[in-house]
Amino acid sequence: MERDFRLMKGNEAIAEAAIRAGADAYYGYPITPQSEIIEYLMAEKAYDRTGMVVLQAESEIAAINMVYGAAACGRRAMTSSSSPGISLKQEGISYIAGAELPCLIVNVVRGGPGLGTIQPSQSDYFQSTKGGGHGDYRLLVLAPASVQESSDFVELAFDLAFKYRNPVLILSDGVIGQMMEKVELKPQRKRLTEYENWSTTGKTPDRQRNIITSLELDAHKQELINIRIQAKYKRMQEEEVRYEKILCDDAEYMIVAFGSSARICEKAVHVARGKGIKVGLFRPITLFPYPSKPIEEMADKLKGILTVEMNAGQMVEDVRLAVNGKVKVEYFGRLGGVIPSPSEVLNALEEKIIGGK
Amino acid sequence: MEVTDIIKAENLIYKRTPLLTENILSYCPGCGHGTVHRLIMETIEEMGIQSQTIGVAPVGCSVLAYQFMDIDMQQAAHGRAPAVATGIKRVMPEKFVFTYQGDGDLAAIGTAETIHACNRGENITIIFINNGIYGMTGGQMAPTTLAGMVTSTSPYGRNTAMMGNPIKMTELVAQLPGTYYVTRQAVHTPAAVRKCKKAIRKAFENQKLNKGVSFVEVVSNCNSGWKMTPNQANIWMEENMFPFYPLGDIKVPEDSL
Amino acid sequence: MAKVRGAIVIDIERCKGCEVCIPSCPFEVIAISKEVNGRGYPFAYMVKPEECTGCANCGIVCPDGVISVYRVKV
Repeated sequence: MERDFRLMKGNEAIAEAAIRAGADAYYGYPITPQSEIIEYLMAEKAYDRTGMVVLQAESEIAAINMVYGAAACGRRAMTSSSSPGISLKQEGISYIAGAELPCLIVNVVRGGPGLGTIQPSQSDYFQSTKGGGHGDYRLLVLAPASVQESSDFVELAFDLAFKYRNPVLILSDGVIGQMMEKVELKPQRKRLTEYENWSTTGKTPDRQRNIITSLELDAHKQELINIRIQAKYKRMQEEEVRYEKILCDDAEYMIVAFGSSARICEKAVHVARGKGIKVGLFRPITLFPYPSKPIEEMADKLKGILTVEMNAGQMVEDVRLAVNGKVKVEYFGRLGGVIPSPSEVLNALEEKIIGGK
Repeated sequence: MEVTDIIKAENLIYKRTPLLTENILSYCPGCGHGTVHRLIMETIEEMGIQSQTIGVAPVGCSVLAYQFMDIDMQQAAHGRAPAVATGIKRVMPEKFVFTYQGDGDLAAIGTAETIHACNRGENITIIFINNGIYGMTGGQMAPTTLAGMVTSTSPYGRNTAMMGNPIKMTELVAQLPGTYYVTRQAVHTPAAVRKCKKAIRKAFENQKLNKGVSFVEVVSNCNSGWKMTPNQANIWMEENMFPFYPLGDIKVPEDSL
Repeated sequence: MAKVRGAIVIDIERCKGCEVCIPSCPFEVIAISKEVNGRGYPFAYMVKPEECTGCANCGIVCPDGVISVYRVKV
């Protein structure tokens, strides 16, 4: 099998990866900056290629509930949207988590709040990692920083969703979604032919009926359900943490950034190193489960940490929680869809962390 | 001839379908929900499609439908059952898929899902119980509440100038080319039950034809919400609900089964 | 003698005493009991069993499906 390289937009790479990951269904709705996902799937005639259902719904709310229906049948189901659309899906996502169903959600984040802008942002961090909808639940959140990761994380997300029977979110943004990069595509994986024993595929005489619901009126039973769901998140924290460290071994200072911000900070780190500043970059890949322990382990030998985020300072809180006061943690970021530059990051590192040039 | 001589297995001509579970129905005494549940399960039994059918329950009095129907079922968010059913049917087109919804679920919060599932012509059956009120939450006004009708949120009667007019969803969806069979029935008398059973059977049989949505509205009573005894409610329904929601087929395909 | 005789068996514990079956019977066979079942509901019973023809009207209109119907030719 020779290797399959393409030059693709992040959004299109996600769509192609979904077909190749053996997705059974995509239900979506147009919204900038991610409409290429459904456009690509339609143009590619995914149904003819693999039998994958692709349907444009009447709203993001309808789309996430279609995902619920297909997921409850044990199928690999997914949707994608961008910030305002993801807000519309929150009730549906809470139901999916409550009914313990696997599915993939892609959020190509744009500037908010409200209608906001169509430029890239990371201001959905809290919404993505702290639940987003009602009730105690979390999403497993993967944050790609390249078109390659956008593609690779689709199959990974489906597998993690089924492993934990929980929705998984790929948190991309307008930059990664819209830019083109070289990407190596995985070979086509077969779609499922057998379905989980809990799925609603029709009550056959050999089993009890399957009921997929998130309703439980008896509080004590509902507590047990919650305890079972929380145990999944504990296990995710133990087994699914992913991150990347760049030039951190001898670092005195560290920048923590994910997705597009991490790419910008990597440049800033190299420039700083040129000026003799021993700074490293810590890039969380899973935003939940957050890489708190590896950051805490770094904290002992650091003089300061700067988080760089395209928002008003959200992930900084998780870093402060991780280091638990052992070291100073500050934040720098641009808002509303403005992308920070490497030199701005360097200035912030010097002013806020290294202190007084 | 003594009654005991009559009551013998060989003389049995009607009993509760085994496709209803042993759970005692949670519905108020005399509520039409129970009757419609039974007609659906009798239909599924007679068609022999228990292992082929997936039901979608709404939020409302029938939120617990899956405790009474011995088939695979899913619980949808309020109003979203037609979207959930679309999600199911698209990945399992060979299965029989139906939604079971009340008027608040289908005609208020779920209006868009209802209209668009019908407009796409999804091959599903929609069973729509219209009792002109939100029953589960204690009798509030619904989109189908009649003008002047008293509910807990229209305590002085529905004032259409302020609260708008009752909506005829069934006539609305009949306009959409995606609906194949659209009918309005009732289950308050034996004759009505027999007609409703035929309509539900047709609505399920139609799914084999892949010709779009079969939409069965059942105008029903809400004894606790209307604050009447079951028999009073059924009379009141005939005198007040039926004039505004006339029974009968609204859209019947020429080549119908 | 009627050519056909019927009888019904009511699952007393499941009956909710809604009385919807009563007007459905062409021969006024059914009445509501004075006693109550284990859940506090009065229940339907055959007050004129000899009039029953086993037409099943009551059975098919019962919202809780508690009525079984028997019929025999005589």
